[in-house]
Amino acid sequence: MDIFIQQVVSGLATGGIYASLALALVMIYQATDVVNFAQGNMAMFSTYIAWSLLQAGVPYWVTFGATVVIAFVGGLLIERVVIRPVEGAPILTIVIVTLGLLVIFTSVAGWIYSYIQKPFPSPFPSRPIKIGNIVFGAHDLGAIGITLVVLLLLFLFFRYTTLGLAMRAAAQNPVSSRLCGIRVSWMLGLGWGLAAAFGAVAGMMVAPVVFLDPNMMGGIQIYAFAAATVGGFTSPLGAVVGGFLVGVTENLVGTYVSFIGTELKLTVALAMIIIVLLVRPSGLFGRTTVRRV
Amino acid sequence: MRFTRFIGLLLVGGLATLAGAGAAAGQTVVGVTATEIKIGNTNPYSGPASAYGTIGKVVGAYMKKVNDEGGINGRKINYLTYDDGYSPPKTVEMVRRLVEQDQVAFVFQTLGTPTNTAIHKYMNQRKVPHLFVATGATKWNDPKNFPWTMGWQPNYQAEGQIYAKYVLKNIPDAKVGILYQNDDYGKDYVKGFKDGLGDAAKKMVVSEQSYETTDPTIDSQILNLKSSGANVFFNVTIPKFAVQAIKKAHDIGWKPLHLLNSVSSSVGVVLKPAGLDASKGLLTTYYIQDPTDPQWKNGQGYKDWLAFMKKYYPEGSVEDAFNVYGYSVAQTLVHVLKQCGNDLSRENIMRQAASIKDLTVPMLLPGIKINTSATDFAPIEQEQLAKFDGERWVLFGEMYDASKK
Amino acid sequence: MDSRPGEATAASRPEGGVAHPHATARATRPVGVTTVLVILTVAAALPFFVSGFRLFQFTQVLIYAIALLGLNMLTGYNGQFSLGHGAFYGIGAYTTAIMIDRWDIGYAWTILAAGIVCLVVGFLFGRPALRLEGLYLALATFSLALAVPQIFKYFEHWTGGSQGIVLSKPKAPFGLRLTEDQWLYYLTLSVTIVLFLLAWNLLRGRVGRAIVAIRDNHIASEAMGVNNALYKSVVFGVSAAYTGIAGALSALAIAFVAPDTFDIFLSITLLTGIVIGGFGTISGAIYGALFIQFMPTWAQDISKAAPWAIFGALLILFMYVMPRGIAGFLHLMWIRLTTSAVSTEQGR
Repeated sequence: MDIFIQQVVSGLATGGIYASLALALVMIYQATDVVNFAQGNMAMFSTYIAWSLLQAGVPYWVTFGATVVIAFVGGLLIERVVIRPVEGAPILTIVIVTLGLLVIFTSVAGWIYSYIQKPFPSPFPSRPIKIGNIVFGAHDLGAIGITLVVLLLLFLFFRYTTLGLAMRAAAQNPVSSRLCGIRVSWMLGLGWGLAAAFGAVAGMMVAPVVFLDPNMMGGIQIYAFAAATVGGFTSPLGAVVGGFLVGVTENLVGTYVSFIGTELKLTVALAMIIIVLLVRPSGLFGRTTVRRV
Repeated sequence: MRFTRFIGLLLVGGLATLAGAGAAAGQTVVGVTATEIKIGNTNPYSGPASAYGTIGKVVGAYMKKVNDEGGINGRKINYLTYDDGYSPPKTVEMVRRLVEQDQVAFVFQTLGTPTNTAIHKYMNQRKVPHLFVATGATKWNDPKNFPWTMGWQPNYQAEGQIYAKYVLKNIPDAKVGILYQNDDYGKDYVKGFKDGLGDAAKKMVVSEQSYETTDPTIDSQILNLKSSGANVFFNVTIPKFAVQAIKKAHDIGWKPLHLLNSVSSSVGVVLKPAGLDASKGLLTTYYIQDPTDPQWKNGQGYKDWLAFMKKYYPEGSVEDAFNVYGYSVAQTLVHVLKQCGNDLSRENIMRQAASIKDLTVPMLLPGIKINTSATDFAPIEQEQLAKFDGERWVLFGEMYDASKK
Repeated sequence: MDSRPGEATAASRPEGGVAHPHATARATRPVGVTTVLVILTVAAALPFFVSGFRLFQFTQVLIYAIALLGLNMLTGYNGQFSLGHGAFYGIGAYTTAIMIDRWDIGYAWTILAAGIVCLVVGFLFGRPALRLEGLYLALATFSLALAVPQIFKYFEHWTGGSQGIVLSKPKAPFGLRLTEDQWLYYLTLSVTIVLFLLAWNLLRGRVGRAIVAIRDNHIASEAMGVNNALYKSVVFGVSAAYTGIAGALSALAIAFVAPDTFDIFLSITLLTGIVIGGFGTISGAIYGALFIQFMPTWAQDISKAAPWAIFGALLILFMYVMPRGIAGFLHLMWIRLTTSAVSTEQGR
């Protein structure tokens, strides 16, 4: 029984990592209808900026805040400068542009910071917490906590603020929104800025666990996509739940299904996605699309 | 107007081809002129294996140093290196470019097992020296079938066997749990280890957990290993995951005999982040000096290496063992080229590479000698066990020599 | 993703710039035929002007072109986004490798076998995927692409696991005096021509119109009597077959297969190829192939320090200047040049 609970706890910890990046992915998709392949790498780059600030002696929480702000501005600028020229183009064209960004960010990070992995500090104590026989890290708990706080803030923002309402309107019905005086283009930029900010948070929570290097987010982004797909790309809550689901299922299958063992763990996680999609094609929490003839 | 331009282009094209042919005819030895030796290399400078790309860079830096100091027998080294992204098709393309278009004298330190496997046959068919490949696989020591290919570092299987022999001798009732990377590197170590245990392997190995490099953490695997009741832990992970493994094992209170593969034994990069205390008692094998291990800090070899790094490769990390590795292989190559004298034909380069006698290179473990012969294409076959005492790796026991089997 | 009047949703956006039947018909005028014949002559004569290594690169271009044509059929013409074609490329490559290595089957038959295996796998994947739309289909195929290398590694006994399988390059038959590179080039060229002709024929006829109709408005097409489910699954299968054949040829060209070669990066490269080349076009497959084969090396020659940053910048620039890919751009230029000079030139 112990090992079961321990694996679930461990799965929630990894799941939290996936969830935090998945949130950023869903954020951009909701605001701009674009799947941003560069999301993970933008997060990685923001984390490198945080690392530079920390190296310069800036205290942790100041760095945290500064990085989030820098990431926000950066995301906004990228949308305005890089994405804007292709805003009206077919969706795959925009996707290729995000791929270009992905490649640029990785390459520049490697060039500036080199490819050797760097340790990144965690704001939470490193001693493990023991409850009965179950052990978990304070950082894992803290990271999950921050993800949930971000999710809550997002929910409140969209539900209760005028700006949030404007963003939702711009995403769902740009033509009418313009008629209401909403600056739709700026809403897109805002969406990218927020997503970049979440990405930065995700990066700073992830780096202490997986170490900072230009390819840090590669594997995580894959799982984040899986999480967002399972949860539904149109639902932030789905992204988070999806993340936890993927993390826990992966661990349990690896532990209990012995003929699969760990050599097919990834395959199983992916089979999970396909099964969920077959039953609910828009993900567990996704909104099914209504298309007019 | 258009016609004249067309004739003009034809003439230029024709002249260029003649010039090219003339240049080729003038050279009797491929890749070598009176003033330079052209060397080819591929390395993963991009993609998931890009951390290894520093090896290609440090080799290039060393070649620059050699050139600054007058070159080899009056010839400068022209070092060409291309990115293959650790993708075998790309390696094939880039190596073909080096051999057929750039006309290099030989190819050196190409990195990776699948990548080198892809060009293995080609290099031998073309009779181009394929020297000191950067992989620990066992297959490069096969002079009978592949006389143009040679490895350099001690191979993974041999290292695995050393650990197995240690376990058999010291822990007869061992229950072994293995964590390994699910690729050729991981599997090679595991094979060597199991071969070393022989018949006892079936009884002793109680759990085998693998991981992919795309996995963010290996916590789940460590939990499974602990719950299997293993009291020996064979850890075949790259540095990123080795840190996690050591830390997690410590956190959950699992204290097995911990055998750490030498790829991840760096004090500064792995043990310190994992916790020096948590790393006490770890075992590994040693053949090259770890630049973050305090016991080498005052040695002349380390000081020279540090000076070299500062002058020629300042953007490289002085904590990265790969930079010591590349430095040492480069020195081995320079020795071979010097031995060639004025005969830098491919046949002679290969002959000299296969006649290294008791060469010592400063950053190898003192006592380790590089030896090759017509039947022995494994330059380094010695390594020694070491135990971590909380501060440094303490060498103990005898120096294993795989060639004396 | 609710429908929005005025701004097309991803699924109903007119993606192909050149896929309209009329445009294709216009392109087959005498000028078009001459261009094709000239290209074919140059292609056939290439091995006598170009050395082993360069020829190898061009063989690779042809292989990519076949793979891209396959992907374009599915994503460009039929609107089903696939981020997983690297998987079919890999399955094709391994089919060839296993058949040659384990069962000693002649390489020519393995190419055919690779096509058939992928046709079946593609169809079987396409069937349940029918319910998935745009993004979710892309992600399901993404999962397939990720799972496949792991599966290859798992069935070690067949696939040689992480060590891969080493092959020999095929020698020219009937004692023809051709080097291995030259023979492989001609073999690939012949396969390319056959497959391209097949696709061209298919896509400009009734089938092509039905496929495009499904993409543009699948409710209307169903209403008009097109069996959406059947067409979509079959297109998936055929598209997979094409890419699988490309994979088989690449196994012969590289003479080695290993699981991690067929990773998600390959699928993304293929997708990049069709978008840069020209979405929903046949010629786009060739432009795209040239791009993905030569651009990364070219970027490396420009900048040693951060070549991939250059490549990324090139990608973005291409998309700014040619949002509909090279084929789309050329088509636009062609229209500008051939339409009445008075109205366009002065009206600009």
